[in-house]
Amino acid sequence: MTPSDLTELESSLLAEIAAADSLEKLEAVRVSVLGRKGKITEQMKGLSSLEPSARKTLGQILNQIKDRLTKAIKTQQISLEATELKNRISGETSDVTLPPRPRKIGHIHPISQVMEECVEIFGEMGFLVAEGPDIEDDFHNFTALNIPPEHPARQMHDTFYLPENDEGSRLVLRTHTSPVQIRTMENNSPPIRIIAPGRTYRSDSDATHTPMFHQVEALVIDETTHMGHLKGCIIDFCRAFFGIPDLPVRFRPSHFPFTEPSMEVDIGCIRADGELKIGNFGEGADNWLEIMGSGMVHPKVLEYGGIDSNKYQGFAFGMGIDRLAMLKYGIPDLRTFFDTDLRWLSHYGFVPLGVPSMIRGL
Amino acid sequence: MKFTLGWLKDHLETEASLAKIVETLIRIGLEVDKVEDPGSKLDPFITAQVTDVQKHPDADRLKICKVDTGSEQVQVVCGAPNARVGMIGVFAPAGSWIPGLDFKLKAAEIRGVKSNGMLVSEREMELSDNHEGIIELPEETIIGKPFASILGIDDPIIDIELTPNRPDCTGVRGIARDLAAAGLGRLKPSINSEPIEGTYDSPFSWSITSDDNACSYVVGRHFKGITNRPSPKWLQNRLNAIGLRPISALVDITNYIAIDLGRPLHVFDSNKLNNKTLTMRRAKSKEPFFALIDKHYKLDESKTVIGDGDKVAALAGVMGGMDSSCLPETTEVFLEVALFDPVQVATTGRAMQIESDARYRFERGVDPQSAEWGAEAAAHMILNICGGEASKKVSAGSPLDASRLIELRPDRVKTLGGIEVAIEEQIEILEKLGFSINKGTKILVSPPTWRPDIHGEADLVEEITRIIGFEKIIPISLAREQALPSVTISPRQKRYGIARRTLAAEGLEETVTWSFMGSQHADIFGGVDESLYLSNPISSDLDVLRPSIIPNLVLAAGRNMDRGLQNFGLFELGPAYQDATPEGQLLVATGIRQGNIENRNWSNSSREVDAIDAKGDALATLEAAEAPIKSLKIVTNDIPEYYHPGRSASFRLGNNILAWFGELHPSVLQKLDISSPLVGFEVFLDRIPIKKKRKTARPPLKLSPLQAVYRDLAFIFDEDYAADNMIAIALSVDDDLIENVRLFDVYTGKGIEKGKKSLAIEVMLQPRKETLTEEQIDDIIQKIVLAITNKTGGVLRS
Repeated sequence: MTPSDLTELESSLLAEIAAADSLEKLEAVRVSVLGRKGKITEQMKGLSSLEPSARKTLGQILNQIKDRLTKAIKTQQISLEATELKNRISGETSDVTLPPRPRKIGHIHPISQVMEECVEIFGEMGFLVAEGPDIEDDFHNFTALNIPPEHPARQMHDTFYLPENDEGSRLVLRTHTSPVQIRTMENNSPPIRIIAPGRTYRSDSDATHTPMFHQVEALVIDETTHMGHLKGCIIDFCRAFFGIPDLPVRFRPSHFPFTEPSMEVDIGCIRADGELKIGNFGEGADNWLEIMGSGMVHPKVLEYGGIDSNKYQGFAFGMGIDRLAMLKYGIPDLRTFFDTDLRWLSHYGFVPLGVPSMIRGL
Repeated sequence: MKFTLGWLKDHLETEASLAKIVETLIRIGLEVDKVEDPGSKLDPFITAQVTDVQKHPDADRLKICKVDTGSEQVQVVCGAPNARVGMIGVFAPAGSWIPGLDFKLKAAEIRGVKSNGMLVSEREMELSDNHEGIIELPEETIIGKPFASILGIDDPIIDIELTPNRPDCTGVRGIARDLAAAGLGRLKPSINSEPIEGTYDSPFSWSITSDDNACSYVVGRHFKGITNRPSPKWLQNRLNAIGLRPISALVDITNYIAIDLGRPLHVFDSNKLNNKTLTMRRAKSKEPFFALIDKHYKLDESKTVIGDGDKVAALAGVMGGMDSSCLPETTEVFLEVALFDPVQVATTGRAMQIESDARYRFERGVDPQSAEWGAEAAAHMILNICGGEASKKVSAGSPLDASRLIELRPDRVKTLGGIEVAIEEQIEILEKLGFSINKGTKILVSPPTWRPDIHGEADLVEEITRIIGFEKIIPISLAREQALPSVTISPRQKRYGIARRTLAAEGLEETVTWSFMGSQHADIFGGVDESLYLSNPISSDLDVLRPSIIPNLVLAAGRNMDRGLQNFGLFELGPAYQDATPEGQLLVATGIRQGNIENRNWSNSSREVDAIDAKGDALATLEAAEAPIKSLKIVTNDIPEYYHPGRSASFRLGNNILAWFGELHPSVLQKLDISSPLVGFEVFLDRIPIKKKRKTARPPLKLSPLQAVYRDLAFIFDEDYAADNMIAIALSVDDDLIENVRLFDVYTGKGIEKGKKSLAIEVMLQPRKETLTEEQIDDIIQKIVLAITNKTGGVLRS
């Protein structure tokens, strides 16, 4: 074949390739052109019978034609595949409005969440978490906290008692987390800086009281801590917990047997339209909400805890975790905390991965 | 403790406003519960005189009145029959709210005549139902005065929530003293304190029996020729204002002195006493007492009484008796001014459930000196109001000496209170509060007799700082010892948190239920230790401490099912109690599941929950709490009977039970009226050993570059064969090569003999050094087949 014959062959083959309208047809064309007995393959075979100079010239031309044909086949193949895919998926649909298959996730109870929030805040201030038993003896729950035997708190209508034991003494369900103060002092030397969150019990059940509730206790003992530190610590806590940097905090003198001086702590709020809002509502917004009792640890309590009250001093405070949760998260009714209503739990609960953190936010 | 502003000003000379007084009370520790101003709603109403009355030209029954309000002349159209020239009535100007009509009065024209207010009736003022005519006041009434003052209700009432340490503030005078110390004015000299020399010897006397009763000292005084008329208006107004009903002068006087000075008193109608000596003694067993509140009581030896021979004339410090009470016809009385032990009064009052103003004061501890001055104050008032004569005083016993000296270090207010106060100011505050100071080389402070709560230096610091004001103490943030916080929680506490969040992530809702439960339910769950019964439960369904959390969750599940909720999981991480010791309290992660694993959905992927779901929850918890999962053993014969015997097991680590799981026993559920099956688990988190030293480095990860080989095998076993066993056998054939054995099919039914089941496993072989040949693979698979068939009696399924 002359070079012009080859050019003609190329044109006709390119036309065949372009005319192939399916992958199967294209494959047939490919075999007829480049296959073992294909038209170009035959031409290549024929080269060997030519003299060297003609072989070289024609060989070069043939190789170029083969490359171009191969490319054309590839191009046609990509185009045909794209068309085929397009045709196929044009018939494929899913109803994307279907609800996803259920993925069940539970929630963390507000009490657990708030306890962890407290641990986060006080942890930043260098406190450790201490614990004590729910069933306490009279000494740790009352006597060591300077609560005399005739104190109203010790009466049956306030305290849950367990049966009298062989020695004639009766255990109680702890009425506050304060016995953990005593247990901590007994087992540690100052400096002490602990919080003790936990269950507490009082024989009380009405719209705003439940026989079981939760408190968190704080205790700081060293040689120099005074009322200024008590105020600083509580103000820092309240503002961090409620996330209100200018939250007003008021300290009022009060009386508790285990602290001297004693103070109650109020935070700023307004009451409007039956709703209570915590915050700073400006000068003259003289509306306060009591949230905890506090004070400097009574020297007698230090002595009961085995700590020299001439050398050491410090402060303690305690507050209701359930109440903190109600205030922060707008939960109106204390009793619902313990009612195990699934609708309540998923509404007021927290997602399990939402671990409170001071640096990521509470 | 209630009092009025006017009453306070009897003792406190002050220019301070009510708001300032209230603010100061709160600031110094006298928490104001409520301030009421009952006169404020009568604010616009003033006394006025009718100066002219003309007939209305267009209405027969109406009159046109000119009214003098003291500051102006106002024209009012009035329909009252009693409106006439010269009368003094109550005028409501236009714009005022008429409480009895519930509308706001407007200036109006009534049939063409202007009317700028009204003269009101008692009904319109909500004073009574009387609407016969307008209110007529006595001729001498000054016009232009607020009507509230005429009614005696123009005095704001302050109610204080008194802490139990302040007996001195059970009297208005004590409150005034605190306010004066806080700089709000000057404490006026006390009145009615001048001793009154009696004119005759008292025909009645006291004795105190030495039976360790509540009375240490008592003063008495007899009065004769008195008239027990109604109290004067001012006294009645005061008592009414604070909610005490005026009764008669004698009773009112004792009530008044209790509130005014914090000194409870009692007067006996001495003509009704059988004996000339009244005796402080313990009551006899079952001794009857007829109290002033018209109730009969039976006493016992723990109570102290005032005995009139064999009769009980009064219950010491709590309440007087009916039989010797003062009535309008009373002409002679014997006064009791006693000192009683606070604890005994409190105990008696509490035991008998009697609240009284006397008890309120005695149980806080009255001023020991008040026995003397109380007798004088009472004499002043009785003679003034009831006339007659007072006898000389008689007494028995002696007041306890409670005097004490407390050292105050000058820097203590700074080092404990956190505020710098000059020592002169400290002393001034204490002196204003009635403390005496002995300033030698040391400052020695003697508390006043009315402050039994002051015992140590810390108390003095409190007195000084509260009067200075806690708001003046500068807050100081707590400094940490090092820059970064140390680990706040223990490894154990950390585990609790992870276990909790793992269970929530598993789809269970965290709940918090009572630590108690009902003993009738506990019995269904195997009962509780007798040390865990509450002596005073609030109800019978909360009368024991729970031995397990499962019962509470089961009941909670029932409540939710009653609400129509289904397909749920609940868990609680909390205490369960084995006995009353601290070690008997276990922290247990407990959960249950009900219904289907998922709610109904279009993909039909749901199924009923079973024991294996509970096992999964237990395992997830154990793993989260770092239990050595690979060393755990399943044991099926050591589980409580509230689990289904054939569908439950425990996880053990050696002999230590770490968890229970399984289906709950149908008969237990039936007894609790639970209609659906439940599965549950209990993980004893504290029994999981804690590694002493925590290594942060993990063992190296050894990945083989060679491809793993998978082969499936199925065996036929008896139906009760434990699958776990076969997997363990398969794994043990070649530790090195066999990477994993996965059970992927459990089958009974067609093609399998009855009583048998087919278990199919996928064996994963992981070559380490070189690719396995077919022969090597067949060889190891053959070994596995042999091991399983030889050791279990299982047969390879062809």
